[in-house]
Amino acid sequence: MSVYLDNAATTPVRPEVLTEYTKYLQLLGNPSSVHTSGQQVRQALEEARESLAKTVDCDRSEVLFTAGGTESTNLAIKGIFWQRNTEDSKRNVIISAGTEHHCVIDPLEWLESYQGAEIVLVPVNFEGELDLSWLSEYLITNHDKVALISLMWANNETGVITDIKAVTAIAKAYSIPVHSDAVAAFGHMPTSFRESGLAAMTISAHKLGGPVGVGALIVSRNTKLVSIIHGGGQERGMRSGTMNAPAAKAFALAAAVCQQNLQAEIQRTRKLSERLIAEVTAITPSISLTAAKANRLANITHFTLESASGESLLFLLDQKEIFVSTGSACQAGVNRPSHVLTAMGRTEDQAKGCLRITFGHESSEADVAAIVQELPAAIDSALKAGLSSQ
Amino acid sequence: MKVLAAMSGGVDSAVAAARAVEAGHEVVGVHLALSRMPGTLRTGSRGCCTIEDSMDAQRAANLIGIPYYVWDFSEKFKAEVVDDFISEYESGRTPNPCMRCNERIKFAALLEKALALGFDAVCTGHYASIFSDDEGNLELHRSMALAKDQSYVLGVLTADQLKHSMFPIGHTASKDEIRAEAAARGLSVAAKPDSYDICFIPEGDTQDWLAERLGSTAGEIVDMEGNVLGNHQGAHGFTVGQRKGLQLGKPAVDGKPRYVLSVDVISNRVVVGPQQALAVVELSGDKFTWCGKPKDNPETFFDAHVQVRAHGEQVPASVAVVDGALVMRLEEPILGVAPGQTAVVYLGTRVLAQTTIDRTVSAVDAFSTGSASAGA
Repeated sequence: MSVYLDNAATTPVRPEVLTEYTKYLQLLGNPSSVHTSGQQVRQALEEARESLAKTVDCDRSEVLFTAGGTESTNLAIKGIFWQRNTEDSKRNVIISAGTEHHCVIDPLEWLESYQGAEIVLVPVNFEGELDLSWLSEYLITNHDKVALISLMWANNETGVITDIKAVTAIAKAYSIPVHSDAVAAFGHMPTSFRESGLAAMTISAHKLGGPVGVGALIVSRNTKLVSIIHGGGQERGMRSGTMNAPAAKAFALAAAVCQQNLQAEIQRTRKLSERLIAEVTAITPSISLTAAKANRLANITHFTLESASGESLLFLLDQKEIFVSTGSACQAGVNRPSHVLTAMGRTEDQAKGCLRITFGHESSEADVAAIVQELPAAIDSALKAGLSSQ
Repeated sequence: MKVLAAMSGGVDSAVAAARAVEAGHEVVGVHLALSRMPGTLRTGSRGCCTIEDSMDAQRAANLIGIPYYVWDFSEKFKAEVVDDFISEYESGRTPNPCMRCNERIKFAALLEKALALGFDAVCTGHYASIFSDDEGNLELHRSMALAKDQSYVLGVLTADQLKHSMFPIGHTASKDEIRAEAAARGLSVAAKPDSYDICFIPEGDTQDWLAERLGSTAGEIVDMEGNVLGNHQGAHGFTVGQRKGLQLGKPAVDGKPRYVLSVDVISNRVVVGPQQALAVVELSGDKFTWCGKPKDNPETFFDAHVQVRAHGEQVPASVAVVDGALVMRLEEPILGVAPGQTAVVYLGTRVLAQTTIDRTVSAVDAFSTGSASAGA
């Protein structure tokens, strides 16, 4: 029996979501068509929008369906940057952090290279926490240059949570829009959009029991942004292309189920994580919990192993059919030293010895027992292999 | 045995992995990521290191039905192979990066990691064979497919490394046979072009690539007597034995073509002369290794063959260890051997030893730099 502990990468689709998804895949009609066949699909889409709005705690018209988190984030960052920069060409600064996901960092770097943006990063401490007093200070003298702020709600590698309300409170004084990548947070902690003060928020279905290929950008009604995909003018004219009603339906249901069980699920995964942390850190002093002092998500646990590579650990656990991650982005299967860990002040060598174990709705005590049983031998071999790949 | 099949994404390593599976081994495919900034698509005749190659390897592993992983050796590769390549050229020597890669990456870093992670052996798609002698000592031999034989670049393997190495395609008569087998197995890499170029140099333009890294300082091209014949734009762009691209205005007195005889990076001079001045009759190297069991009484000269290029001819030679150095007296002179190149000693088809060449002795007494030209 395999053990899947990489739920921050993607989650199993919930059975009721799969049923919903396949049911609506059979429905014929383009939601933009005027005839009855189209209208029934439009109805499904709008039901999904309404349901998701309720879960997110926003207005129905604030939900823009997209093909996933990366698209949502690109739309938010580029769209708001272009809007604000067009309104006032002085505004070319985007404030973010080195611990952000690549779907934020790469659009920022692109805007810097090709669109004259200037990227300013909020300092991050060893625990992965942002220095928000620095942000306050920075804005006092530079607020008129700032186009937007983009900071993730919770980190997908370490689980470290940022106090988004504190960020928006700081930005509010200068009316600077704040976007947050909430892909890791949404469905795993309370994330009320209405209370957050955010201008835009990225969410994705497959991190909470929904299918891959559907996400949403929640855009507050008073936030203006430029579209990055042009065509038929769907989704408030901000995201052209035929709407994917079956996927939206599946997403909305998965999110609703998550929301319903949220507190119980947080408690359950917190207990799993506590046991995991206690047993894993007892194996050897070489392994430690990352960001131990920070406020973290219950379902993401990240360890750092000294003088060994996460690549070896992953391989050894995979041989035992235990599926985990180093947490860092990989290209063509290559694990690079985590940029999140280096942004948190680790050296490249330290950032290689990562092990991320993430729980989902199907994770159990038996899964924890399985990995805890296999880890000592795997750690031993990984330490022997050392950092030989360097 | 638990076998790690190193898979470049090419046809040879794919067939090697498939044969290892058929031989009853438990095989895991591993692609070595050697570049930190891999290209997306393959270009020219480079055979690995792009994402497309990695995907080819993955598709082959899927079809063969073995697990597949990518292991990152890019930093090690840069330090041990690429930087070594640059510094060797900087010292006026001509290195062989494929040998360095075998010596320090594939059969060192990769093998060590594989053994630590529970493997018994590393399998590659090299054309060479491992046999056991009567006493059970392992010997490395030339491949049956002589045209593709790669035993030269494996000459660096020690007895212990041979114990943990497998070359399942070494006993194949030709590359065509490998391609046919790959096609029969449904492997899409069956028709993938062969790779010839150095994998980390785009488009095979070694001179430009080196000039970018080493800079180029103009200097003189001189004859053996020291007379200035022309100028060059950077000494490292020249290789001993090179004839083309010298751009000398004056023809030689005898009207015959001139060749690069030596590259002196300290004086930034390139020495040219007639072809016969390139002829070398003796080679020696201080850092030599035995491939498998060492020769008995190596201090006494014995008959062997020596090969100095990956696809070069072997020449008969008398070989011995003299004062700690491997000395090879060639029965027929060979042209254009540069310090930094590797000499591999063969006994019949068996690879006996290898060394990086430190010194050469010219066949022509007139070679005015003396009878020996020392490398750095």
